[in-house]
Amino acid sequence: MSGEGAGARPLLEVADLHVRFHTRTGVVEAVRGISFTVGRERIGIVGESGSGKTMTGRAILRLVRPPGFVEAQRIALEGMNLLELSERQMRRVRGERIAMVMQDPKFSLNPVMRVGRQLVEALRVHAKVSTREARERAMEMLKAVRIRDPERVFRAYPHELSGGMGQRVMIAMMLIPGPDLLIADEPTSALDVTVRGQVLGIMDALVRERGMGLILISHDLNLVATFCDRVLVMFAGRIVEEVDARHLAEARHPYTRGLLNCLPRIGGERGPLPVLERDAAWSA
Amino acid sequence: MPHGSAAPPKLAVERLNVVFGHGADRVDAVVDVTFSLTRGESFGIVGESGSGKSTVLRAICGLMPIAEGSILIDGEPLPVPRGRPFARRVQMVFQDPYASLHPRHTIDRVLSEPLAIHGIGDQQARVVEALNDVGLGTAMRFRFPHQLSGGQRQRVAIARALILKPEILLLDEPTSALDASVQAEILNLLARLRDEHRLTYLFVSHDLAVIDHMCERLIVMQGGQMVERLDRSALAAGNVASDYTRELLKASAGYAFDEKTSLAAFAKNAR
Repeated sequence: MSGEGAGARPLLEVADLHVRFHTRTGVVEAVRGISFTVGRERIGIVGESGSGKTMTGRAILRLVRPPGFVEAQRIALEGMNLLELSERQMRRVRGERIAMVMQDPKFSLNPVMRVGRQLVEALRVHAKVSTREARERAMEMLKAVRIRDPERVFRAYPHELSGGMGQRVMIAMMLIPGPDLLIADEPTSALDVTVRGQVLGIMDALVRERGMGLILISHDLNLVATFCDRVLVMFAGRIVEEVDARHLAEARHPYTRGLLNCLPRIGGERGPLPVLERDAAWSA
Repeated sequence: MPHGSAAPPKLAVERLNVVFGHGADRVDAVVDVTFSLTRGESFGIVGESGSGKSTVLRAICGLMPIAEGSILIDGEPLPVPRGRPFARRVQMVFQDPYASLHPRHTIDRVLSEPLAIHGIGDQQARVVEALNDVGLGTAMRFRFPHQLSGGQRQRVAIARALILKPEILLLDEPTSALDASVQAEILNLLARLRDEHRLTYLFVSHDLAVIDHMCERLIVMQGGQMVERLDRSALAAGNVASDYTRELLKASAGYAFDEKTSLAAFAKNAR
């Protein structure tokens, strides 16, 4: 694995990223020229559905399929421009250097393959290890994501696991090759709040203890404000505001303010909740 | 309005038990749940998936067999099967408007069907009234569900529930599938309709903040059991008795760093 302290160079650099979809009725621009950098920190991308946050995550991994296509000045991982890599080279980046956890484990695990085999496969794609060693490391990883009976889970099929366990298996699978950057797209939305804390705790520890970079894509402002270091707020394919997570409550952009205000609060006012008024000028 | 304490509650659920399966496969989905609602009140049930909160609603509707206990409306036990008079008085709104509306029926047909089933005339006017009531307007009337946004679809689901002019609405996570800004609109709509039509709400959600905003009183469920009974002021003050409720409260405030999550095990794999 390459350089730990990359110094001044950020882990990931995105410059002028566009994601466009060619449809019968014309070109739809899902992401419209956004730029940001990620260090070995927790970055949150928040926005409502359709704001382009998921497409941003997928574009970094070059996972946008036709009719969509990605255009950017630069998407660089420690200085290596991902846009210039061949598909073959890109496959080495995916999983090994940048991994992605999706929202629902039900759709991202192979339903007809035992969990253990999927974990072992994830490891052996990237490293030359014996079956036995792969199995041991998979078990180790299941324990690390706090699965109580890894033996059973190893032998289980995905449908035999609860949502929380499935998501932990997904995270274990993504972490086996030891990626530098993890893109987590709504990793806890399908989970109960009490399990959510555990899953976030695992990712938090990876950032703090292993110096991994994390992009957390979420619609939940409370979560992002308390979990991340920095927050990018997206609206209609653009980043409308970038704020320090601790100061999210003092965000200035009317869209961010609107998103914050429309959330009900425990012990808050009973009256009608403020409704978000969208301004066409924000996306201009 | 009769307001004396002598009047029976609008909806009373007494020692409700719902059981699935037999012998070793027996699952006690709901165990001894008791609560009651007065007219015009909103009552909340909070819990995580598998806590039995939706099962309580389904049992009230007669969609789940009741093992023990009783459900009363205005002091009267409910008939089995529930029948049409029940549907006139109690209606339900489901979580996912993408799944609860027929994909090949127009909004007009979705709204007219309950009227036809119950032999109510004047369908045109009732449909228009219901659409206006939920803030959709008649422009949407002949569209299909896939031509509407998630928030608009949930408005249709609410209009469908209201078109028979029921007294009680059972709301099963009505805003969980929606964006925060759309959630605010739907919660405002539900609050307005409750006041205008003096509706009684039984509101189920996993989100304590949503329940707190809508309801005066609530119960917390876990694993089919009722673990706590609370009112708004106790919740706002954080004055809760069970550890589970405290955990829910903490989780709803966001992520809290916990030293216990340190992962020595990762060091091994990190190389």
